[in-house]
Order: sequence, then C-alpha cells, then structure tokens
Amino acid sequence: MANSNASSNRPLSPHLSIYKPIPTMVMSIVHRITGAALYFGTILLAWWLISAASGEAYFEWVNSFFGSFIGRLILFGYTWALVHHMLGGIRHLVWDTGRALEKATATKIAYATISASIVITVILWVIGYTVN
Amino acid sequence: MSGSINQLRTPLSKVRGLGSAKEGTDHFWRQRLTAIANVPLILFFLWTVISLNGASHADVVARLSSPIVAIVMLMVIIVGIVHMKLGMQTIIEDYVHSNRTKIVLLILNIFFAFTMGLGACFAILKLAFGG
Repeated sequence: MANSNASSNRPLSPHLSIYKPIPTMVMSIVHRITGAALYFGTILLAWWLISAASGEAYFEWVNSFFGSFIGRLILFGYTWALVHHMLGGIRHLVWDTGRALEKATATKIAYATISASIVITVILWVIGYTVN
Repeated sequence: MSGSINQLRTPLSKVRGLGSAKEGTDHFWRQRLTAIANVPLILFFLWTVISLNGASHADVVARLSSPIVAIVMLMVIIVGIVHMKLGMQTIIEDYVHSNRTKIVLLILNIFFAFTMGLGACFAILKLAFGG
C-alpha cells in the first residue's frame, strides 16, 4: 500500500525546507536537539560517577580526559545544552498555563532563551574557574 | 447518550478518556512532572559539579558520599532519566515511521535509560556506603 500510486501521488504538505526560519521555530528545534544531546550526555555523567566509585587511578584518568581541551569543549557544550533546555522547558511550563502565547511575546521569549542560555553558561564557567 | 452514527466512541471510553493508546495524558503528565522536579534538581547538580571542578578524588568521594548530596544526586539521576526516556520516546515516535525500526528503537531507548540510570545510581550508592 505504501508504494501504491494512490499514496505516492498524494500532495505533500509544506515541510521544514519551505519555511523561513523564525525565532520560535528555531528555539523549538534547538530545544529538541539539546534534549537529544543531553540524552547521550548521560553517558558522560554515568562514566564520571562510576569512575569516582572505581578508585583514584581510574578517576584521575577520566578526569584528565574531561580536563583536556576536547573534554572541556564537550563539557561547555553540555552545560549550554543543559541551561538552554532548562530555559526552554520553563518557557513550555509557562505556555502550559496559557500565558505568553501571543506571537510578539513568544518571539521575545525565544530571543531571551538563546541569549540567557549563553550568558548563564559563560557565568557558570567563570564561577567554576574562580571558585577553585 | 450518543444516538448519532458518527459517535463511534462508547460512553465508557469517553469517560475514561484514555484514547487509542490507553495511556491518556500519562506521558504528557510525567514529562511535565519530571520537568518541574528537574528545575531545582539540575540547579543542585550544576552547583555540585561546578564546585568540584578540578577537585581531587578524595574531595569528590567525600562530597558524593555525604548523605544529603547522595540522596539529591539519586533524585537528579532518577528524575532526569525518566524525563529523557520520555523525551527520546517522543522523538522516535515523531520521526521513525517504519514499525519494525520504531519498536526496536523504543526498546533500545528503555534499555539505554535503564542502564545509565542503574549505573549512575549504583556508583552513588557505592560511594555513599563507603565503597
């Protein structure tokens, strides 16, 4: 049935590629992408915790990976994904109450989400380096 | 009740409100519930990890084995894992249309979530109980 003429000749509704990206749409896509990234980021969290439970030698080895340039880059991205997904999630919880759904408001919140996520991520890393 | 021929749903089905998947709003509700819980939990997690930046093994073990930290970290992991399992399930259901692939991925999603959750919880419990 899937390949029969009747279904393959059906008109398709417009998809992503035909729309001009707008802030709310981009933030929605980014919310999903950061969610998926955090999903796989759980591997890093479990690895770090298991290494701490496995003893000093293995922990130091894992720590040296996280401390490397690549490691820091991954963790910086992880932090941003976490912050962005949280801000996006809070936005969704506000929307769930029926508030802030007006077009102009939603667009403002979309810009606020991306800016705030970058600012907060940088602040968190500055704190991380100044505290220790 | 419904005399119309267009009303194919029985009154019982309507009052239960569980829909064709028989789960009703359960997925939506759990996603929101874990999202709300995640806000304070992830803030705690970020604070814990950031304050342990560059810390020695002994310091990390000492922190993670303190009861309050261990209990909240277990909450972080359990709530986070349930939330991400639901989220990935939605992504799979949205984008994978072949039934066979979809079911395989849905199974792998549960296996992944369970493995990560159990692994991380075990590590925390081992540290907390002085291992």
